[in-house]
Amino acid sequence: MELLLQQVLAGLATGAIYASMALAVVMIYQAIDHLNFAQGEMAMFSTFLAWQMLQWGWPYWAAFVGAVAVSFLGGVAIERILFKPIQNAPILSQLAAFIALYGILNSSAGWIWDFNIKTFPTPFGSAPLFGERLIGTHQAGMIGVTLLMLGLLYLFFRGSRLGLAMRAAATNPESARLVGIRVGWMIALGWGMSAAVGAVAGMLIAPVVFLEPNMMLGVLLYGFAGAVLGGLSSPGGAVAGGFAVGVIENLAGTFIPYVGRELKLTIALVLIVAVLMVKPSGVFGRTVVSRV
Amino acid sequence: MMLEVRQLCAFYGENQALHGLDFALDEGNIVTLLGANGAGKTTTLRALCGMIRLSGEIRFDGKSLLGRATEDIVRLGIAHVPEGRGTFVRMTVEENLQLGAMVRHGRTAIAADIEQVYAHFPRLKERRAQTAGTLSGGEQQMLAVGRALMLRPRLMLLDEPSFGLAPLIVEELFEILRRLNRELGVAMLIVEQNAALALDLADHAYLLETGHIVMAGPAQEIGQDEAVRRSYLGY
Ligand SMILES: Nc1ncnc2c1ncn2[C@@H]1O[C@H](COP(=O)(O)OP(=O)(O)O)[C@@H](O)[C@H]1O
Ligand SMILES: [Mg+2]
Repeated sequence: MELLLQQVLAGLATGAIYASMALAVVMIYQAIDHLNFAQGEMAMFSTFLAWQMLQWGWPYWAAFVGAVAVSFLGGVAIERILFKPIQNAPILSQLAAFIALYGILNSSAGWIWDFNIKTFPTPFGSAPLFGERLIGTHQAGMIGVTLLMLGLLYLFFRGSRLGLAMRAAATNPESARLVGIRVGWMIALGWGMSAAVGAVAGMLIAPVVFLEPNMMLGVLLYGFAGAVLGGLSSPGGAVAGGFAVGVIENLAGTFIPYVGRELKLTIALVLIVAVLMVKPSGVFGRTVVSRV
Repeated sequence: MMLEVRQLCAFYGENQALHGLDFALDEGNIVTLLGANGAGKTTTLRALCGMIRLSGEIRFDGKSLLGRATEDIVRLGIAHVPEGRGTFVRMTVEENLQLGAMVRHGRTAIAADIEQVYAHFPRLKERRAQTAGTLSGGEQQMLAVGRALMLRPRLMLLDEPSFGLAPLIVEELFEILRRLNRELGVAMLIVEQNAALALDLADHAYLLETGHIVMAGPAQEIGQDEAVRRSYLGY
C-alpha cells in the first residue's frame, strides 16, 4: 500500500512535467494546428540558459525567473521570425521549419555548452519529505511549482481580457479579427507563453534527468502522449493526460514484473493507442457542434 | 458621405467576384444590398473589411481602407456580423459580448453596454453563462448583433441576419435593428435575401447581379419596380 502511494506520488511528480509539456504543445497546437516537435528542445535550451545564469553566480530563483523571461521573448521571436512568414506555406514546408528549429536548438546547445552531462541544482533539496520517504522534497517541489503555474495560467485565460482575446484568436481567428483582435500577435504571445511553460518544466526535470542537449527527448514523447490522451483540443484535458501518463508510467514500471521497467514507455503508449481507438478526440477532447 | 465605394473589384484567386461596384452610405442611413444567391453580397461585405483581395477605392470618413488589416478596419468603428454569425461557440454569451468590446477601454462603460445589450435582448441575459454553441439560431443571431454593438460601431455590416430564423424572430430582430438605428444613429449596410423586409427597413437599396450593380435608388422606389417585384418580392 505504501509502495503504491509512493509510486503514485512519484508518478505525479514526473506527470507534472509531462503535463506542462503537454500544455505547452496544446497551446501552440490550438493556435496553428501543428504539433511543435521542437517544444522539448526549446525547454532544453531554456534550461541551459538558466544553468548559464547560475554559472554567472545568479541566485537560483533569479536564474529561474531570468530563464523564463528570456524563453518567453525567445518564443515570441521564433514565431515572428520563423513561423509567421510561412503560415500559409504548404504543410511540408512547415514541418521542415519545426525540424530545422529542432536541429538548430539541439546542435547549438551542444556547440555552446558541449554534450557532456551536467548536474542541475534543485532549490528544494533532496531530503525525504514527511520522514518516511513517501516523496522527496524535490518531487514535492515539482508538483507544487507546476500546480502554481497551472493555477496562474488558468486565472489568466479565464479571468483576463488578454487571456480571453488569446482564446478567441486560437479558436476562431476570423471572428477574432472581426472584433479587432490582432490575431498574429496573440499567436506570438501563445508561443512565448508556451516557451515559458516549457522552461519551467525543463528546469524542474533537469535535476532528475541531468542537463544535456537530448534531455527532453523522452520527456516530450510522454508530453505528446499526455496531450493526445487528454485531447489536443482541451488544455485542461492535456494537463490531466500528462499527469495520468506520469502515474501510469510509474505504476507499470513498478508493478508489472520483469517487463515493467524496460517497457514502461511502450506500455504507456499502448494504453494511449487503446484510448484513442475508443475515443479519437482524447478523453476530454471535444467535437464542437454548432447549431444553425 | 460616411462610406464611399468606387470601382470595387474583388477576386477569389483567378476568379473575379465583383466587377466595379459604386455605392455610398450616408451617416445614420440604412442601405441594403439585394441579390440572388451568388450575386456577390457576402463578397462585398468581406471586401469592405479587408478580408479578400480587391482593387478600387473604399473610403470611410474620407480615409482609404485599402491595404488595412481587418482588425484595423474594425477599430475605425465598423462592426461586421458575418454570414453564419461568427459567434465564439465555445465561449459564454457574456464572454462573446466582452470580446465585442475588446478594442475599447474602460471597464464600467463596457459593463454598462453589456447591460444595454441585455436590455435590447432579454433572452441573452437569461443565457449569459451558457456557451454560444448551445443557443438557438435566433439567439445566436441576437448575440452576433449584440456583440457588434459592443464595439459602439458607427457602421454595422449585417450579412443575411434573417437567414434560417422563424418569421416571428425575424420581425423581432428587424424591429430591434430599426430601433438601434434610430436611437443610436448606427448606420447599417444590410445584405438580405428577404427583399421585402430589407426594403422596408432601408433608406437606399442596390441590386446586385453576378458582381454588378444593376439598379440603385431609394428603397421605396426599388420596392415598386416591376422587375424587382417579380424576381425578388414574388408579386
Ligand atoms: N471562398 C470562395 N472561393 C471561391 N469563390 C467564391 C468564394 N466565395 C464566394 N465565391 C464566389 O463568388 C461569387 C459571389 O459569392 P457571394 O459573395 O458569397 O454571394 P452571395 O453572398 O451574394 O450569395 C459566387 O460566384 C461564388 O461562387
Ligand atoms: Mg452570402
